[in-house]
Amino acid sequence: MYDVIIIGAGVTGSSVARELSRYNVSVCVLEKCEDVCEGTSKANSAIVHAGFDAAEGSLMAKMNVRGNEMMGQLAEDLDIPFRRNGAMVVCIHKEALDGLKTLYDRGIANGVKDLRILTREECLEMEPNLSDNVEGALYAPTSGIICPFILNIAMAENAAVNGVEFRFNTQVEDIQKDLQGIWHLRTNNGEYLAKYVVNAAGVYADVIHNMVSKNKIKITPRRGDYCLLDKEVGGHVDKTIFPQPTNLGKGVLVSPTIHGNLIVGPTAVDLENKEGNNTTADGINDLIAKANDHVKNLPMRKVITSFAGLRAHEANHEFIIREVEDAPHFIDCAGIESPGLTSAPAIGEMVGGMLKDMMKLTEKENWISKRKGILNPQNLSIEERNELIKKEPAYGQIICRCESISEGEILDAIHRPLGARSLDGVKRRTRAGMGRCQAGFCSPRVMEILHRELGLPLEEITKSGGRSNIVLERTKGTNGGEL
Amino acid sequence: MISYDIVIIGGGPAGLAAAVSARKAGIDKILILERDKELGGILNQCIHNGFGLHTFKEELTGPEYAGRFIDQVLEAKIEYRLNTMVMDISPDRVVTAMSRADGMYQIQAGAVILAMGCRERPRGALNIPGYRPAGIFSAGTAQRLVNIEGYMPGREVVILGSGDIGLIMARRMTLEGAIVKVVAELLPYSGGLKRNIVQCLNDFDIPLKLSHTVVDIEGKEHVTAVTIAEVGKDMKPIPGTEERYTCDTLLLSCGLIPENELSNKAGIKMSPVTSGPIVNESLETNIPGVFACGNVLHVHDLVDYVSEEAKKAGESAAKFVKAGGKDTEGGHVIEVKATDGARYTVPTTINVDNMDDLLTVRFRVGAVYKDSFVSVYFDDERVMHNKKRILAPGEMEQVILQKKKLAEKPGLKTITVKIEAE
Repeated sequence: MYDVIIIGAGVTGSSVARELSRYNVSVCVLEKCEDVCEGTSKANSAIVHAGFDAAEGSLMAKMNVRGNEMMGQLAEDLDIPFRRNGAMVVCIHKEALDGLKTLYDRGIANGVKDLRILTREECLEMEPNLSDNVEGALYAPTSGIICPFILNIAMAENAAVNGVEFRFNTQVEDIQKDLQGIWHLRTNNGEYLAKYVVNAAGVYADVIHNMVSKNKIKITPRRGDYCLLDKEVGGHVDKTIFPQPTNLGKGVLVSPTIHGNLIVGPTAVDLENKEGNNTTADGINDLIAKANDHVKNLPMRKVITSFAGLRAHEANHEFIIREVEDAPHFIDCAGIESPGLTSAPAIGEMVGGMLKDMMKLTEKENWISKRKGILNPQNLSIEERNELIKKEPAYGQIICRCESISEGEILDAIHRPLGARSLDGVKRRTRAGMGRCQAGFCSPRVMEILHRELGLPLEEITKSGGRSNIVLERTKGTNGGEL
Repeated sequence: MISYDIVIIGGGPAGLAAAVSARKAGIDKILILERDKELGGILNQCIHNGFGLHTFKEELTGPEYAGRFIDQVLEAKIEYRLNTMVMDISPDRVVTAMSRADGMYQIQAGAVILAMGCRERPRGALNIPGYRPAGIFSAGTAQRLVNIEGYMPGREVVILGSGDIGLIMARRMTLEGAIVKVVAELLPYSGGLKRNIVQCLNDFDIPLKLSHTVVDIEGKEHVTAVTIAEVGKDMKPIPGTEERYTCDTLLLSCGLIPENELSNKAGIKMSPVTSGPIVNESLETNIPGVFACGNVLHVHDLVDYVSEEAKKAGESAAKFVKAGGKDTEGGHVIEVKATDGARYTVPTTINVDNMDDLLTVRFRVGAVYKDSFVSVYFDDERVMHNKKRILAPGEMEQVILQKKKLAEKPGLKTITVKIEAE
């Protein structure tokens, strides 16, 4: 039996796990996929929002602003790629200029620092590729860009190092409370017992909540299509460029990513299917049309991939973070849609604090607050790199040509806590396969490394767990010999 | 810093032929840098035959063709380093390389020959809607898995794109027991060689659907079905023409892109048409002493032409080194243009004083032309008018210019290659 079970190893669950790992408490995270960061956390805009969007006084606003504040220190502690590049909400219709003031006032009320309204000239000076129709913008210098995968992975790794257990490929199918008040979680991998449960199940948070409460909630998967563009054009804009928001959200943004690509998206389409993260032709076309409203000469020929993510949308567009009324010792983190990534550190802090009080937790003496990321040899001088290769020759072998990722980095990704077990696992940790050839060259080589390091037959190596095997069987005439 | 007369980036067919010809031209210190674990490049996974008909007057497999050149490299004792990635080329020809064995190091090169080849256009760049499951491969990746690693990606296959690798893989997968259900091609014609359509599709009753594209990919974890649809003149899918194929594999053969990341970093000027460097008659780029050949320069149809072109690059680099690392100055420079159906030419300038007695100008056409003429104009005067029964984008074309004809016209400014109906 665990003191706390967290359902879901996305960015919310992992943040709660890390916060709890400060205390003398046994924690287990149950994740239905084969890795952390498999749902909403892996497919979003990767923006650390400033906090002027959420309604004044809302929990969402509070979490956003607090999360943004915390991100700098967290990124330093956990070695997460992060930059405050600033954001602009661009107005292209004179009659809508008042809207910028409304956003500005809301931002000030929410506690966002350094907000400014820019004139058309100031806008164009900062971002020459803005639309010729730009009339003005709200500028938020505290907005940032982050690697969403590493944010999630780093918090989970750090939690694991501090004793939190993770169970992957483990899907919660039913939850019951026994007479002693102990939660029984039935999964495809047996039963798990806990005194407290945290529901961080993303688009499935309603399913999990509704297992224990009479007061049903509904989470609508709101799909967003994105296009990712080549690093060659990553400097098309420097700041994150938003349109003015609508009732469907913050609209289609154009932004550099922390790794130097350009991202365009998302659309917003409400679905019933919680697994419906397929892109659609309409979605991509819509996205391109909308992005061109605010940024000119978008080099859409330079798209290297498109993808879709599902936001966990709740009708009131508010985070639900509280102990469930009719299910004591069961805490929901539901409706965590944008700015969920930004808010994750704050949500972790809040839920960690709630459980600390409820369970009267004491702090560990030897909590490890820092995590060293996978070494990026591209930041080293030739001499330093030579030293490294002498010690660890695998750093001399480039596996992913597009992103210049060496075997050394891939080995680190596989062998560190909660290491990669699939192509996507390696990709999210190292960027191998994330470049312009989209893993055409490196996937057979990464498969070979996974096969060798994990002792798995090649047929069992997957793209991302489950039945996503890459190869089916040996060819005729081969007899199961080694690769 | 170590130094070599010529450093060749890439040990595939282009790099090998360039090395051999530079050695024959009398250059001693030559180094080939190859990122893979063996020489031969992509030919090593092309186990089908049909290579070398022009060069060796016989039909070889890819590895055999590569083997012929590897033997020459070994015989000439040309140095090469395997598992070596070139990280950077500077405008003053300092090559930064890295390997497990040698670490990261720099080489001062007298001349550099770019021979990095090309790569395939991935799914992402095609904006194909649908899920992103396992089971989607570029045709070349599947070719490597089947022919080198000995693994089958799947049993039921749909192929998008009719580039040569896709056609070859249609046959290869069939021979391995898979069912290739359809090859869909966005354009109204195939981008591959005619002989590959006959030998790889027709002979196996595999349907080729021209003016069709993939409009949906199903399967959350692994591909379960692919839907194709006919496209109109605007290349947009026509509603109501959708056909769904259950399958576990989608192969993509939708074009090749020269791999010029290093060239770009070095500041080499690129052609927007070929995505390869802009070169002169010596296959020299805008950076003196940096030459290019093979698929990094422009995508070829036959390896024989790669070898021929690379031979020229090797000779030019040798000449540059022997001249003390300088280009000859001055001379009569003529611009070469492609118009009216001809998409590009390699080279785009000719210095008559530097050219050989015969110069091959290679080009491709932008559409299918039947019973048309390949014409060459010296300024406004038509000097060549060759009838062709068929001209297709999938096949590379060439015209041969004679030095003495060009030398006869000291005022000649522009040579134009065009396709004419009559």
